[in-house]
Amino acid sequence: MATTAETFQGHAESHDHAHDHDHKPGFFARWFMSTNHKDIGTLYLIFAIFAGVVGGAISGIMRAELAAPGIQYLQWWTSFLGGNGADFNESLHLWNVLITAHGLIMVFFLVMPAVIGGFGNWFVPIMIGAPDMAFPRMNNISFWLTVAGFCSLMMSAFVPGGTGNGAGIGWTAYAPLSTYGSQGPAVDFAIFSLHLAGAASIMGAINFITTIFNMRAPGMTLHKMPLFVWSVLVTAFLLLLSLPVLAAAITMLITDRNFGTTFFDPAGGGDPVLYQHLFWFFGHPEVYIMILPGFGIISQIVATFSKKPVFGYLGMAYAMVAIGVVGFIVWAHHMYTTGLDVNTKMYFTAATMVIAVPTGVKIFSWIATMWGGSLEFKSPMVWALGFIFLFTVGGVTGVVLANGGVDDNLHDTYYVVAHFHYVLSLGAVTALFAGFYYWFPKMSGRMYSEVLSHIHFWVFFVGVNLIFFPMHFLGLQGMPRRYPDYAAAFTQWNEVATFGYKIMAVSVLLFFVNVIYAFVAGKKAEGNYWGEGATTLEWTLSSPPPFHQFETLPVIEDAPAH
Amino acid sequence: MAATKNHDYHILPPDIWPLAGSISALTFTSGMVLFMHELPFGKYVLLLGVLGLALTFFSWFSKIVSEAQAGDHTPVVQLHLRYGMILFIASEVMFFVGWFWAWFDFALFPSQLTDVIGGQFPPKAIEAVMDPFDLPLINTLILLCSGTTVTWAHHALIHGDRNGLKKGLWATILLGLLFSSIQAYEYAHAPFPFGQNTYGSAFYMATGFHGFHVIVGTIFLAVCLRRAYLGHFTPRQHFGFEAAAWYWHFVDVVWLFLFVVVYVWGGWGAPIH
Repeated sequence: MATTAETFQGHAESHDHAHDHDHKPGFFARWFMSTNHKDIGTLYLIFAIFAGVVGGAISGIMRAELAAPGIQYLQWWTSFLGGNGADFNESLHLWNVLITAHGLIMVFFLVMPAVIGGFGNWFVPIMIGAPDMAFPRMNNISFWLTVAGFCSLMMSAFVPGGTGNGAGIGWTAYAPLSTYGSQGPAVDFAIFSLHLAGAASIMGAINFITTIFNMRAPGMTLHKMPLFVWSVLVTAFLLLLSLPVLAAAITMLITDRNFGTTFFDPAGGGDPVLYQHLFWFFGHPEVYIMILPGFGIISQIVATFSKKPVFGYLGMAYAMVAIGVVGFIVWAHHMYTTGLDVNTKMYFTAATMVIAVPTGVKIFSWIATMWGGSLEFKSPMVWALGFIFLFTVGGVTGVVLANGGVDDNLHDTYYVVAHFHYVLSLGAVTALFAGFYYWFPKMSGRMYSEVLSHIHFWVFFVGVNLIFFPMHFLGLQGMPRRYPDYAAAFTQWNEVATFGYKIMAVSVLLFFVNVIYAFVAGKKAEGNYWGEGATTLEWTLSSPPPFHQFETLPVIEDAPAH
Repeated sequence: MAATKNHDYHILPPDIWPLAGSISALTFTSGMVLFMHELPFGKYVLLLGVLGLALTFFSWFSKIVSEAQAGDHTPVVQLHLRYGMILFIASEVMFFVGWFWAWFDFALFPSQLTDVIGGQFPPKAIEAVMDPFDLPLINTLILLCSGTTVTWAHHALIHGDRNGLKKGLWATILLGLLFSSIQAYEYAHAPFPFGQNTYGSAFYMATGFHGFHVIVGTIFLAVCLRRAYLGHFTPRQHFGFEAAAWYWHFVDVVWLFLFVVVYVWGGWGAPIH
């Protein structure tokens, strides 16, 4: 990238320092009425970590249950949550509730709030040399509506949703399971939770697009923007154009459930597959919404620790645009087994494979960035390398699943679970940790323990691979997803996966220990603690940055191209 | 806020309405759930949520208006608002894409599985549809006409003709109200009920959401009219009015698609009531 700290002009930094410690609002006004992009970003990160712990704990319950064939703990959990554990069907319903909650929480309340709301809010304005977001008040309601959505989902767990308490409809909420298949208010609470979180994200998207198009500092042209900003820009467009379609689809669910419409009810001529089309028209862009900001984070980190600009900057930016555009026309590859005709499957197979091209551009450009670079294996870089490896594994299985014919066999098996956890759990979440270790001292002003963050990485890396790699084998052997029980033949790999979960859980504990260490005993962070490789505008500011940065806008001079 | 600000962006003080609005939204959706399942206090929680949301919208937009009057909306901030409104309308377009998608699915691939549909569209169960060239055509003309009156108001505003601004806005609002009244009359006298089959579902939900947007647009224009009487807007700076006009044109265009696709094409061949 052409934007370097050396070309940064003006007196903003010294100027800001004079105001560093004054004029912050009181506690309630600062954290509950915030109009400051950095404070809102912090709120998003704290909320995302909390939601991630809840979602991760749920997957712990599921891994414990799946450690051996048969039903071990579900009945106990059903009673614990106030249900009737003696009713076997109610326990099985709890399983559906768990997979639903895990999916929705991880997608809508961990990954999206963390990468877009958290890091996006914190660093997009700073990286383009802006004092704040374009719409600071709307920024705040985006956050609080996300919390409201989470509350609605939590409420759903304690009211009837069919066979037992809670919404057991899968994160996809397919009709007719989500319509006449699940009576009771729980499902409506869960659907409204998506309405609330969706409205929050649409407003966030409007805010980011406006900020990026309209608040770039003088000289910060689109083609000089850091790749993280590009990634959030593309992500925001995907959110803006896909979420309203989901809103329409789940509104149809609400009216089918409560007001006698028959959008998805065959008795009135409705079409359950229509729901899947509408859902995946949103759902496929959604998976890029989760991973694109991760791409942006990894680009920043790889360039920083290779001490050279990212390879093929324009190709990297437009690869993300291409992924975003093509991402809108591949949705039916989630629906190969719904009876699509063979020509449709051929089109969606071909279109899906096309996405591997810009994705390959990204992977190879990261590697080319490192080529001949002055590499430094600080913890963010190690996490970024982990990301590149794990995401590539997930991408390759994605190409396998893109084939309509192959997917006829693999659909709804653990192979699919392995695939999307490699790109999301090991991809997006690894990018999250990478970004966290890259920017945490900038946000908090405290350094974490470098050693502990390396140990965290390796324990996490071993743990998640032990969880998810065996799922490829299980899937190929035919183990179906979304069941609490399985045939004895699948026992061994499930034992391995559950053991992997324990290792992963330890790594998360190490993460929290590291954060606590940073706050208690961490060294004070300098403005640019990564040194010469870190060239974007956040490194020209103090750590943490002043409450309002860039009160005199920075000027980006014309630097020799890249 | 720091005392020295050397840029034209709008740095805002802390504000309670985002939190209040979110709590209201959660109250509203929870009230909806209670109400739909006929659980205790449903109506009251729902009402509370609606009131909270209304209060939030009122206070929030009042603040924007007073900030505009105070001169906080520098040229770059006005550009923000333009971007914001265009993007909001883009998201609204995609919302209607969802409803049209359902309509096309039902119309192009009518179900063979049930006698309610009988493999035809409009379905067998629909004994008669509305005559598109009766009241719907009049409604089309009303909305098109309102598009011209809002442009009249806009040109009057640009040329400093305050009286013309008010007249144009009055005409637009009255045409909007007339449209909504005719829609209400049509719903009340429609030859087919809400729901029960694909036609009754997609017809009422698509036109109903459009009707809701017409009401929102009418309120938006009414706010502009009130502001016109208060002496707001200058020939150079009047984005609040322009946003309302953009929104109104968007509502108008959605109706044109509804008229062609739902009323004319969607009802083709069926007996007319």
